Formats: sequence, C-alpha cells, structure tokens
Amino acid sequence: MSAKSSIPQPMLEIRNLKASIDGKEILKGINLTVNAGEVHAIMGPNGSGKSTLAAVLAGREVFEVTGGEVTYCGQDLLSMAPEIRAREGIFLGFQYPVEIPGVSMVNFMRTAVNEKRKYLGQPEMGAADFLKLMRDRKALVDLDTSLANRSVNEGFSGGEKKRNEIFQMAMLEPKLAILDETDSGLDIDALKTVANGVNRLKNKENAVIVITHYQRLLDYIVPDFVHVLFDGRIVRSGDKRLAFELEEKGYDWIREAN
Amino acid sequence: MNVLLDKKILDSQLTDWYFTNRDQLMAASNSVFNSFRPEAMECFRKMGIPDKSNENYKYTDVREVFLTPFNRYIEPRKILFSVEDLFRCDIPELDTELVLLVNGWFYENRPRLEVLPNGIIIGSMAEAARQYPHILEAHYSRYADFRKDALVALNTGFAQDGTFIYIPKGVGQDRTIQVVNILLSPEDLFVQHRNLVVIEDNAMARVVVCDHSLSAHHFLTNSVTEIFVGQNARLDYTKLQNEHNSSNQLSSSFVHQEKDSHAIFNTITLHGGMIRNNVYTRLNGPGAENHTLGLFLADRNQHVDSYTYVDHAAPGCTSRQNFKGILDEKATGAFTGRILVRPDAQKTLAYQANNNILLTSEARMNTKPQLEIYADDVKCSHGATVGQLDENAMFYLQTRGIAKREARLLLMGAFGHEILKQVPVEPLRDRLNDLVDKRLKGELSRCNSCPLQCQETC
Repeated sequence: MSAKSSIPQPMLEIRNLKASIDGKEILKGINLTVNAGEVHAIMGPNGSGKSTLAAVLAGREVFEVTGGEVTYCGQDLLSMAPEIRAREGIFLGFQYPVEIPGVSMVNFMRTAVNEKRKYLGQPEMGAADFLKLMRDRKALVDLDTSLANRSVNEGFSGGEKKRNEIFQMAMLEPKLAILDETDSGLDIDALKTVANGVNRLKNKENAVIVITHYQRLLDYIVPDFVHVLFDGRIVRSGDKRLAFELEEKGYDWIREAN
Repeated sequence: MNVLLDKKILDSQLTDWYFTNRDQLMAASNSVFNSFRPEAMECFRKMGIPDKSNENYKYTDVREVFLTPFNRYIEPRKILFSVEDLFRCDIPELDTELVLLVNGWFYENRPRLEVLPNGIIIGSMAEAARQYPHILEAHYSRYADFRKDALVALNTGFAQDGTFIYIPKGVGQDRTIQVVNILLSPEDLFVQHRNLVVIEDNAMARVVVCDHSLSAHHFLTNSVTEIFVGQNARLDYTKLQNEHNSSNQLSSSFVHQEKDSHAIFNTITLHGGMIRNNVYTRLNGPGAENHTLGLFLADRNQHVDSYTYVDHAAPGCTSRQNFKGILDEKATGAFTGRILVRPDAQKTLAYQANNNILLTSEARMNTKPQLEIYADDVKCSHGATVGQLDENAMFYLQTRGIAKREARLLLMGAFGHEILKQVPVEPLRDRLNDLVDKRLKGELSRCNSCPLQCQETC
C-alpha cells in the first residue's frame, strides 16, 4: 500500500487498447489520456471504431479486449463489471437508447441512484428528495414531465430519447461521461438543449468524451482536444481547430494520409 | 404405502371407488348432483384420465399425477389443526367476504349459507343445493360438459361440495368475495371441489380465489368451477395459485357469458407442482366481451400447462387472451389457445397472445394456437414468443449502475406487470406485485404456509 500520490493522476488512461468482435479486430491500439476538467472530442468516419471504443469503456461484453490496458482514477477499468464502472462514475450516453416497456422512468432512476449511493456507502435517497431531484434535472434538459412517468424510452421520439440520456446523466452526476453520437438525429434546437445540459453539468472535477461524426455539435460543446479515429487507431490529435480542418477537407483527407 | 400405482388400472380404480361409495354419495347429496353422476362416470370410464395421446393434453400426462396412492374421502375429515391459527389473510385493506374451503369442503368460519342484505347468497354448494335447488337446476353442469373431458366427468361423478355464489339481478357487490382453498391434511390427499358462480342480469361480482397448501403432503386437486354471467352483467375473477411443489392441481373453469356481459378471468400462478388450468369461455349473446389472462412463474421441476377455449357462439363479441410465463431452472410449460368462431358469429374480434421468457437453457415451453373460424367477417389474431431477456436492455440498465441480478428482476417484473395491472382490486394488485417480486427474487418461501403470511412464519 503506497501513500496517496500528490501528483494528480489522469482520470482515464488508455494504453494500446485492442478489441475485437467475433474474431474481427475493431480497435487496433488506442492511446488516450483524459484529465479532470477536460472535454475531448473523438471524430472519425463510419466504421472507424468510435462506438466500439465507447462500448468497451462502458463494459459491453460482446467485445473482447485482446490487448492493452485502461486505468480509470488509478483503478484497472477493464476488470470491473459494467455496473461497477457506472457506480464509480462512468456514464455512457447511448447512440441508440434502449426502450424498456414496463419499467417506469421513476423506478429505473430511483434504482440507479440508490444502487450508486449504496455502493458509495451513502444512505438511500428518500422519496421526497428523489422527486425533487427528478424535477430539477428534468428542467435542465426540458424533459416533458409526462415522459418521466412513462416506461423507459418507450414511444419516445429520437430527440426525446437523446434528451433522456442527458437527463439520466444529470441524475447520476458522472465523473466521466462518454456521449456516443448524442447529436445524431437531433434538430438544431434539440441539439442546443442537449449541449446546454452537458455544459451546465461540466465542472473542473469531471470530464466528457464526445463522440461525433460531425463538427456541428462542437460549436456548442467546445472541446479542449480533438482526436481523429481511423481504422481502429487515433491517427491525429489536436485542439478544436482540427475539427474545422476535418469539416473542410472531409474524411478522405485522413484516408489518403493513412 | 408409497408404491406407485399402475397407470393402466388407474381408471378402473377410480370407477370402482365410485361404485363402492355410490349409495353413500347419493344418500348424502341432493338430487341435482346425483342426477348427473351415473352418466358422468360412464363418460369417465369410456375416456379415462387423459395422457399425451389426447390432443388437448398433448404436453401433459395427467396420469402421472394420479400415481401417488392418495387418500380419498366422500365426507369431510376432521382436521387436526386449527385453520384459524394457520391462516390469516394479511392484506388489511382487503375487506372481503371470506369463504374458506378446507380440502374441498366448506369450512364453517361463517354460516353454511348466508343471504346478505342485498340478496347476495354465499356459502356451501351442498347447502345451496338443499336450499335453492332451482338455482342449481338452472345452472349446475350446464356449462361444464363432462362428455368432452374426463376430468370434468370425474369431478361431476363425485361432486358434493364447494363454493356457491349468487348475485341477484341488478345487484352490485360492495365487498370483494374472497374464496380461499386450503389444503391441510395429515396424509396425502385427493380433493375435488365443485363451484358455481351465478351473476344474474345487470349484476356484478368481484371474486378472488386463493389456493394454498398448508401441510407438507402430496395433494391432487381436480376442481370444476362454472360461472354464469347474465345479460349486461360483469365478472372480475382473479385466481391466485400458490401451493407447494408436491401439490398438483387440475383446474377447469367454465365461463358462460350472455348478451353485453363483460368478464375478466385472470390466473396468477406463483407456485405449485404440476398445474393444468383449463379455462373455457362461451360467448353466448351478442356484444359480450371477455378477457382471459394468465401469468405463471415456474422453476425447479414445475410444470404449468394452460389451456384456453373461447367459443364465439354469437355475433359481435370480443375476446382477448393474454398469457405470459417465466420459466427458470428445469421448469416446463405449455399453452394451448383455442378460438372457435361459429358460422353466425360475424363481427367477432378475437385476439390471443402468449409470450414467454426462458431463463435457462434447460427450461422448456410449448405454445400452440388453434383457430377455427367459420364466419367470414371477423378479426382474429394470435402471436406467440419464447425468448430470453433482452440483452440490450440488460446492458443499458447495467450502465446506469444497476447490477445484473437487479436488472433481471426489473425486466422480469416489467414482463409480468402487463398481466398484473389488469387485476381490478387495488390492494390485491399491490400485494400480487409484491408477491411476484418476492417470487422472482427467490424470497417467497417454498414452505407449506400460506404466502399471505409467510414472511412471519418461515
């Protein structure tokens, strides 16, 4: 047991991460470091491995990690079950949020919030406090009250589902949020609402990884770093100007360079 | 004592038992019961206990459960336990007219037959046959056809007692009628009760039936319930089956609906050994509407077989069937849903759904829709699924910090909720939700005590 280091450790450190599905290698050696307070954008063409990276970080079992390591707040992330990662503060915003008929949003969120509190050794949240928290966080993303009384994502429109993801993020207050194409399928107003929600939750203690296909979202969630993922590797990193360069030159520019 | 009986001689044993006790049976019963006995037993002798060669029993060999050498009686035995000590319904909000049957016989916790101020009559079948023979003559054995099913024939051959409920014209009841069927015996026992519910025109009945086993013996119940729902009358019937693993149940219910009547028949099977539920519905007058529902949870070596038969005998009727099952470990289940639309039953709406979840690779479910449609202007649909819990939903819940076990419970609860939400009595619905949750968590005791009090006693 070593004494707690005074040197600030990165929140997330990914070293040479390789992952495959059904024997096909998708991630071919990812390296990425994310510190508290940072916003990282990961861009790349379809099939480059963006969503796979998000899923592997969240613990999806269908992907087999074949190499490398991931350290999250000093712990070995890959050895943790998905629910432990979540309770430790990792949040995955789904590209395609799942509909769960029969499970009410209220019951779902109460279970999630209290499972995390139990894990952290905190008492369960009382009904009144919980409902107040729901109300506050719904307002943050303009989520219709009637939606919160329905089954999880059931019959929600595309935009409602995405707003619901950010609502859940607001409820769970993650340290590291990974937003997988949260902008896809959103009109400009919904995009602003969602981005606004993310910005208001942002502080010096937490970090966000925004995965997106288009530069558009980055007008509203301004990244500190932009990475370009291509064929399972990060082939270029830079600041937000890289996103503009990509938008201008298109992904062919990356393809030709690699 | 525990030598299993030979399947071949089962039928003749039961027939012999009838002839040996016939005189005593006849002397003890009213003529309404007696008038059907000889023909019913003749039908039983011809058909025999069904096995898998019978198309309607394709997935269940009923003979298996008759192999235990059960004790059978044609008069109630003195019970060596105090039922009051063992049974207490712990749903305080459930203010009911409580009827207890112990081993199929009316139990005198209330008058044998009582006429309530609004004219509702509740009590023992045997007593009703004595006091109100005209009601029984009009309805008894009119809906349960013993010529078509040997189990109904066997019940009719021996019928003596059970629950009797009569709701006169235009009367709506204020209290739910709760029938609790208790099995409690110092020895293995074969039980047959025969029940009748008559709801006259424009009347309404809300009935909850709970089946419990309170002692650790082998039980076999072969019950028949006939329900008449008059014109514009309404029935809400919920049956809760919660018996131990050595308690086998063959239950046949017959719902007969007249013009513009409305019926909900909901069977919730929490626990038991081998269970076969037959629910027959006849929509006999135009505009009748029927909802036949079921939810079962099975694990270990349990077997739950549901058979429904909806007979659209009049035009413009609606029937909706929705059955669900969750099977764990080595449990097996079956659903057969038959819909008959007769030539004159135009404008029929008939729907059927059967969805099942298998939690292990060893659990098995057979599902078979049977539609016979002889009218041309009808809407009928059926659908069946057998599958696992949705992996995407599981992962989604996990990424929110909900552990696999809890996520499974949420998804299973959601699956069953669709049936439970149709239970009309709110305190009972809440209690059932709770019991189903406990059952799914494995917290519901498997001992012999009544589930409605088992948290304290086990």
